[in-house]
Amino acid sequence: MKKRWLERVRPPFPKTEDAVLALGQRLEKTTKAPGLTLAGETLALDLCGGLWLAAHRTLIVSDLHLEKGSAFAARSGQFLPPYDTRETLACLHEAVVRLDPACVVALGDSFHDARGPERMEPGDRAMVAALQDGRDWVWIAGNHDHAVSEGVGGRYAETLLLGGLTLRHEPTPDAPEGEIAGHLHPCGKVAMRGRAVRRRCFVTDGRRMIMPAFGAYAGGLNVRNPVFEPLFPAGFTAHLLGDGRVFAIGKAMLSKD
Amino acid sequence: MRGGRSALLVAPTGAGKTLAGFLPSLTALAERPPSAERSGLHTLYISPLKALAVDIARNLDAPVAEMGLGIQVETRTGDTPSHKRTRQIARPPDILLTTPEQLALLIAHREAADLFANLSCVVLDELHALVTSKRGDLLALALARLHRLSPGLTAIGLSATVREPDELRRYLVPQAPNPPPSGGEGDPRMESREGSTAPSEGISVAPLPVAPRPPSPGREGESRPAMAELVVVKGGAAPDLRMLDTGLTLPLAGHTAWQAMPAIYDLIGQHRTVLVFVNTRLQAEYTFQELWRINEENYPIALHHGSLDATQRRRVEAAMAAGQLRAIVCTATLDLGIDWGDVDLVVNIGAPKGASRIMQRIGRANHRMDEPSKAYLVPANRFEMLECQAALDAVEAAAQDTPDARLGAPDVLAQHVLGMACADAFDPVMLYEEITSAAPYATLSWEDFEAVVDYVATGGYALRAYERFAKILRGPDGLWRVRDARIAQQYRMNVGTIVESAKVKVRLARGVRGKPGAILPKGGRVLGEIEEDFADTLTPGDTFLFAGEVLRFEGLAEDEALATRAGPGTDPAIPSYAGAKFPISTFLADRVRALIADPFEWDRLPKQVADYLVQQRSRSILPGARDLLVETFPRAGRFYLTAFPFEGRLAHQTLGMLLTRRLERARMRPLGFAANDYGIAIWLNRDVGERIGRETDFLEGLFAEDMLGDDLEAWLDESAMMKRTFRQCAVIAGLIERRYPGQAKTGRQVTMSTDLVYDVLRKHQPDHLLLRAARQDAATGLLDVKRLGMMLRRIQGRIIHKALDRVSPLSVSVMLEIGRERVYGEGADEILAEAEAQLLEEALA
Repeated sequence: MKKRWLERVRPPFPKTEDAVLALGQRLEKTTKAPGLTLAGETLALDLCGGLWLAAHRTLIVSDLHLEKGSAFAARSGQFLPPYDTRETLACLHEAVVRLDPACVVALGDSFHDARGPERMEPGDRAMVAALQDGRDWVWIAGNHDHAVSEGVGGRYAETLLLGGLTLRHEPTPDAPEGEIAGHLHPCGKVAMRGRAVRRRCFVTDGRRMIMPAFGAYAGGLNVRNPVFEPLFPAGFTAHLLGDGRVFAIGKAMLSKD
Repeated sequence: MRGGRSALLVAPTGAGKTLAGFLPSLTALAERPPSAERSGLHTLYISPLKALAVDIARNLDAPVAEMGLGIQVETRTGDTPSHKRTRQIARPPDILLTTPEQLALLIAHREAADLFANLSCVVLDELHALVTSKRGDLLALALARLHRLSPGLTAIGLSATVREPDELRRYLVPQAPNPPPSGGEGDPRMESREGSTAPSEGISVAPLPVAPRPPSPGREGESRPAMAELVVVKGGAAPDLRMLDTGLTLPLAGHTAWQAMPAIYDLIGQHRTVLVFVNTRLQAEYTFQELWRINEENYPIALHHGSLDATQRRRVEAAMAAGQLRAIVCTATLDLGIDWGDVDLVVNIGAPKGASRIMQRIGRANHRMDEPSKAYLVPANRFEMLECQAALDAVEAAAQDTPDARLGAPDVLAQHVLGMACADAFDPVMLYEEITSAAPYATLSWEDFEAVVDYVATGGYALRAYERFAKILRGPDGLWRVRDARIAQQYRMNVGTIVESAKVKVRLARGVRGKPGAILPKGGRVLGEIEEDFADTLTPGDTFLFAGEVLRFEGLAEDEALATRAGPGTDPAIPSYAGAKFPISTFLADRVRALIADPFEWDRLPKQVADYLVQQRSRSILPGARDLLVETFPRAGRFYLTAFPFEGRLAHQTLGMLLTRRLERARMRPLGFAANDYGIAIWLNRDVGERIGRETDFLEGLFAEDMLGDDLEAWLDESAMMKRTFRQCAVIAGLIERRYPGQAKTGRQVTMSTDLVYDVLRKHQPDHLLLRAARQDAATGLLDVKRLGMMLRRIQGRIIHKALDRVSPLSVSVMLEIGRERVYGEGADEILAEAEAQLLEEALA
C-alpha cells in the first residue's frame, strides 16, 4: 500500500512547467502516507483528492461535478471539451483499482446539475456501473444535484454516519466533532520568491474536515476566503495536493488570491 | 491609384503618406457633381490605433472644410455612441475611419452587403505593423469580404519601409482561390448550389457576388501571385544616429544603463522634446525614477507605458502634444502613431533588438522629410554595444528585418466564420474561395476549413456530444446559418484578437499614523494596473517598482492590490513584472556573430568591447559566424555549461528547458539554467565537461535537432507558457468568454481555470483545432520554437567545445543573469515543501 503511493506517477492536475526539471534538487519524498485522526477515526489523505478510511474500507470523494462541460453547452453555448466526465471517472477508477474499497461515498454535487445524468454518454454511464460493481455506492445529496440516484445506480442519502464521522455535502457552522463535508472546493496558495503555487487541498482543524473538489472541471475557492473563517474559528491546516505527495501547510503560510 | 488599381505606398515617417492615401478618394469625391445622389460609403480607412483614426479625422476635417468639398468624414470606434452607429449604417458618411475590430463587426452586420456595395477605396494605415499579428489575419479576412462585396475595390496600403514589400502587395489584393474538392459523393459544391433561396428569419438569401479577380500587374505566368502596385517614396535626409559613449566601462550584463543617466539628462537639457524609448516597463520605471533623482532643473519629464492608468496616459499625451514636456520615458506604446508635437531627439536605451524597429523609433523624431532625425543608441552593457554597432551598420545600409508573412491563425478564422454566419447564410464553397483569396489563408486546405466550420458549429470534438446545441446549422439548401440572435450577440461581444491578460488595479493605501504596518484600506488613488499573474506572486511586505515609485505591497482587497510608498532608499525586492520583451532579431544576431568572428571589424567597436573580445580569444575561443561555442567549467562545487547561439531570450529559454530535460536523462543532474538574448548557462551536479570529452558524440547528441520532437511535446504539455497561449486561442475562437475590465470577479469556484480545460483536452483529443492553433503560435511566439529549429540545423557539425578551468569572459555575461530571473529548476513541490517545513518549525518552536 505504501509502495503504491510512491508508484503513482501522474499527478491529477499538473500545474507547473518546472515540475519535471531539476529533479536532483527535489527533496526526498516522504514514504509515509499522510494520515490524521478525526473523531477517533484514522483518515488517509490520498493524492488523488479522495479520503481513504482503511478501517471501513471506504473511499470518500467530493464534488465530482460530472457533466459540467455539457451543462455549459446546454446553458450558454460554450463548447468546453466534452471529456470532463470521462477524465473524472478515469481518476476515480485509478483510485478504486488501487484501494479496492468496499464502499465509495460521493459527497454531493456529483453531477453539475440535476439533468446531468440524462446527458451522460452511454460509455461513461457504463463506466459508473463498472465502478459500482461489487461494492456499496452512496450518492450524498448536493446543492447542484438533489436526488441523482435514478438511473445511475447506488443508493442515495442526505447524510451518512460512519463510525464517529458525519458525512454531508455542505459544512454546518455548529456541527459536532467529526463532520466531513465538501461544497467549498478549497484551494491553497503558497507564494514564495516571486513564484506562486495554487493547489486543491483538504482543510482541517482536527475537529472537522472540508474536502477538495474531485471533478476535472471543478474550480477552487481560496481557503483564505472569509467563508472559511466561521468554520475554523481557531485556525486550520491545509493539506495541498502536490505533484508527488500531499503537503501540510499552516494557515500563516497561505496567501490570499 | 487614380486608375483604380490597388497599391502599396511605402514611405518613411514624416513623408505625409496618410494624406497621400486619401488623395484619390478626395479627388473623386470633389469631382462628384453637386447634384449627385450620395451613393453610400465611398472610402474606408483602417488604423491599428483608435487614437490615430481620431487624429486623422481631425487632420482631414480642416482641409475638407476649407476647400468647401462637402465631404462627410466620420470615425467609428468603441467610443462611438450607439445612435450614431445606427445612423452610420442607415446613412453612411463618404469616408469612415475605423479599426480592424470595428470593421469585423461591420462586415458581420446584417446590412453589410448594402453598406459596402458601392465602396470604392479602402486605406490600410501602418500596414507593416498590422500584418505581423493576429489582427492582421482578421483584417485580411475582412478585406477578402470587402473585395467580394464590392468588386473592383481599390485597396491602398500605407507602410513604413519593410524587408519584403511583395508580401504586403499580395496582402492587399485577392489571391487565386484554392479549388475545393470536386466530384464524388457529398460534393459540397453540388450540394450547396442546388437549393437556391430559402428564406431564413425573413431575410432572403441571395448568393454573394463573386468578385472578379483583377488582373494583377505583370502577371505573366499563372503561378505568379496577384500583387498590388508598389509606390516607394525615397527617404529624405539620412538619420543622424550615434551610439552614446560615456567613456565609462560598461558592465557585462544588466539593462538599466545607470551610467548613462547623467548624459541622457544633459541631452534632455539641450533639446526641446526628447523621447526616451526603453524595452520593458521595468526599465521605463527605473529610467524615469533615475532621471527625476538627478532632475535639478525640474524639467517636466513624464512616464508612459501600457500598465499605467489610461487617464494618466491621456494626460501625458495631451501635455506632449501641447509642447509642455521636455522628455517622455516610454515603451513600445509610443512606437506607432500620432504626430507627437515637436520631438527633436530620440534616445533608445538598451539593445535595439531589430533594425526596422529602431528605424521606426528614430522616425518619431522630427516629422519632417527634409531634416535628419536625430537619435542616440544607449547600450547598457558590453554586449549591447555590439548590438548597437550592428544596428548602426544596418541603418546605414538601410537594411530591414521586419518579420516574415504570417500563416493565418485557425482561431481567428473560427471567429470570422461565425461572424460571416451572423452577416448572412453562407455557402461553404464560396466562403472557402473567399477566405483563400486572403493572402495569410491562401494555402488553407479544404479539410482544415471544414474542421474550422465544424469547430464553430459544435466545438469540433471527436465525441459528438454537442450536436443538438449547434451554434451554426446547415439547412437543406446547403447553407449555414447562425442558430439564433443570442449566438450573434455572443459573437459581437467576443470580436477581436487582442486578449488582455487579467489585471488588478494598484491602489495607494494610506498608512495609519502612529501604527506602523496598519493601513486604511481605501481612499488612495489608483496608480494603474498590474497583471494578475504578477500580483499572485506578491506577498505582503514585498517591494516593487511601479508608476515611478517603489511600492510596498500590503495585500489584496477585493479586486485591488493595495500598496503604500516604500521608505526612501528602498530597493525593490521583486525583480520584474511581465512586460513586452522582444528578442533580438535573427538579422541583428547574424550581424553580431559576424562582428565577433571578424577581428578586422573590431576597430569600429568601442575599445572596451574590442578588449573584451581579445581577452575571450586568449582565454578561450571566439566562435566563427556560423559556429556554436559551448564552454564547460567548474565553479564553487558545481559544474557549468554555457552556450552562445545568439537567438534571443525566448528561443534560449525553450532551449534551456529542453537541454535540462536531456541532461537529466543522461544523469548529469542539472540544477537550473539562466538565459539572455545571447546565450544560456546551465549548472549541474556532475562534471559535464568530462563527459563531453569522454563521449565523442555526447555534445552532438545533446544539441541534436530531434529535441524538437518528443522532448518538446512532453514539455509543451505542461508548460505554463503553452497554457497561456492556449487561453488566448480559446478566447479568440470563442471557446471561453472574454473577461472585460470592470466586470465583477465572480470568484474562482465559478470561473473555471482554462488550465483545467487544456489538461483535459490535450489528454483526450491532442489534435483538436485549438491545440493546433496554440502550437502554431508557440512556434513563433512565446517559445520561438521555429527559430530554435533554425539554429539547431545551422550548428550541426559546427559545435565547438572548450573545457576551461574557470569562467571565460564571454560566459561571465550570461552567468550574471543567474539570480536575476526566476530559477527554472524549481518545481511546485519544492515550494510546497519549504512552506511545509515552516509549519514544522512552528510546531517545534
